[in-house]
Amino acid sequence: MATYLEFENGIKQIDEDIAGAKIKGDAHAVEILEKNLAKEISKTYKNLSEYQKLQLARHPDRPYALDYIRGLLKESYEVHGDRNFADDAAIVGYIGYLAGRKTMIIGEQKGRGTKNKIKRNFGMPHPEGYRKALRLAKMAEKFNLPILFLIDTPGAYPGIAAEERGQSEAIAKNLLELSRLNTQSVAVVIGEGGSGGALAIGVADRVAMMRYSVFSVISPEGCAAILWNDPSKQENATKAMKITADDLYGLKLIDAIVDEPLVGGHRDKESAIKALGDYFITSLKELDQLSDQERMDKRYEKILSIGAYEER
Amino acid sequence: MGFAEIFSKIRKTQSAPSEAPSHWVKCSACQSLMYYKEVEQRFNVCPKCGFHMRISATKRIEQLSDEGSFVEFDANLIPVDPLKFVDKKSYKKRIEEAEEKTGKHSSVICGTCTIEGVKVQLVVFDFAFMGGSLGSVEGEKIVRAIHRAIADKEGLVIVSASGGARMQESTFSLLQMSKTSAALAKLAEAKLPYISILTDPTMGGVSASFAFLGDIIMAEPGALVGFAGQRVIKQTIGADLPEGFQKAEFLLEHGLIDMIVTREEMKKTVADLMKLLGAHCKSDDFELRLKA
Repeated sequence: MATYLEFENGIKQIDEDIAGAKIKGDAHAVEILEKNLAKEISKTYKNLSEYQKLQLARHPDRPYALDYIRGLLKESYEVHGDRNFADDAAIVGYIGYLAGRKTMIIGEQKGRGTKNKIKRNFGMPHPEGYRKALRLAKMAEKFNLPILFLIDTPGAYPGIAAEERGQSEAIAKNLLELSRLNTQSVAVVIGEGGSGGALAIGVADRVAMMRYSVFSVISPEGCAAILWNDPSKQENATKAMKITADDLYGLKLIDAIVDEPLVGGHRDKESAIKALGDYFITSLKELDQLSDQERMDKRYEKILSIGAYEER
Repeated sequence: MGFAEIFSKIRKTQSAPSEAPSHWVKCSACQSLMYYKEVEQRFNVCPKCGFHMRISATKRIEQLSDEGSFVEFDANLIPVDPLKFVDKKSYKKRIEEAEEKTGKHSSVICGTCTIEGVKVQLVVFDFAFMGGSLGSVEGEKIVRAIHRAIADKEGLVIVSASGGARMQESTFSLLQMSKTSAALAKLAEAKLPYISILTDPTMGGVSASFAFLGDIIMAEPGALVGFAGQRVIKQTIGADLPEGFQKAEFLLEHGLIDMIVTREEMKKTVADLMKLLGAHCKSDDFELRLKA
């Protein structure tokens, strides 16, 4: 059963009519309705507000990290654990072949359905999750595998155990180590890029976002609660913080927007997965042109160039 | 002339309360009242209960560096408003207010100084400037301090006091976390010591980047340090937080910091550790540069 957001009601109606017409076997009606659907889709998705894009980024039918991994990696193996404390299911790691190239994929995984959501802690990693990510990234470096990071988290988990085990240190360490990791790396925000918890696997040679994803310093609800003293002002906060792929590409804070289909990954999973795979392969081909030193220098320069200030 | 009138005239000749220095300070932990000079002599630590009060960056520099040795750098970096951010107030207005309040353009003061003769790059946060938040100016100033440390082969000291990333700069501020951390990777490659001092409070994006990347991490007694804010954690888990949660003593117990150092011992401790970790005492060079 598909989930429809409020602004997708027009689409829902036509979807239902099509289903009805198909049951009746009315091919002519189906044909007309599908034309209407195409029009309705283009009308709906071409004029999305920032807030609607945020809702799409969090859409429960959106492809998650494991959907991309299953769609893109062949002959893959999952690898587990931080070798220290636990295996954090909110971060998954796989090695396999992506379009024939040996690849490491490290992703934040939200769960689908109540049971899986709890298992994956709603995609909110603990410190051991970030330490697992770093362990795998270092393994990729050792064996010269390119890394694809898939970012999709509301944020690092805010809890007692997470603080006890050093959530801050785990994130900070990743930022430092990933900045100088000597292997090709590409990070893509596939849904929610929530703050430090997203950035902890978001330092890479190329950083991109799916068309309907967001990347922000704090959740719009959190921002509204603090700056507006009113969590219900989340729509204002979403707009003010400029967190959509279009916004951040315009501000030159990301390298690219992955060509997710206009209807969104939640309606067309296959095209979204293919688009991400194509982006990764294209990026690797560009990175292949650089020597290790050149690639690392460029990554450093790019990370350090970010900032808006004036020098008087 | 009645007594009341005379009295009011006398009062008028005294300066208004807002201009006069407040001679009495109240400890926010134990509520004791004490004379301000006594508090200052004791590094703004409550003589009754040992509570370490928040202090300005200027005061911190005074307490940590050798007298007259501090030379500020990059005070000319000015915040801009890349997103034209407006919440209940505009970011521009908030910057203006913070500038008026502190006389500075950012929440960090950076420069060189000697600490008991050891020359270091010093970065000090001022919580009074927008909650010590990390924005583009702060990130750039920290990176420049790190690069100066590498160029001059000196150690680095960062004293944090911050609520975290500056929301009004949104993703620009988020990415200052990776910017500062990447620069620290270069400092580490140059094998130069970095001492991170966590003071009350050190939270969020500051905690989850350079503040926890020190070779030595020390905290002031009782300082609140953590990634997530206590209100958020409480809401998430739906329960009360244990006593002393996210305090310096809690961090030490959980192996997250090296030591707790009182403000009084801070200067000597930093200098001793810098020497132990190999930062060179280059006070002669430093004086030459001052003359040049």
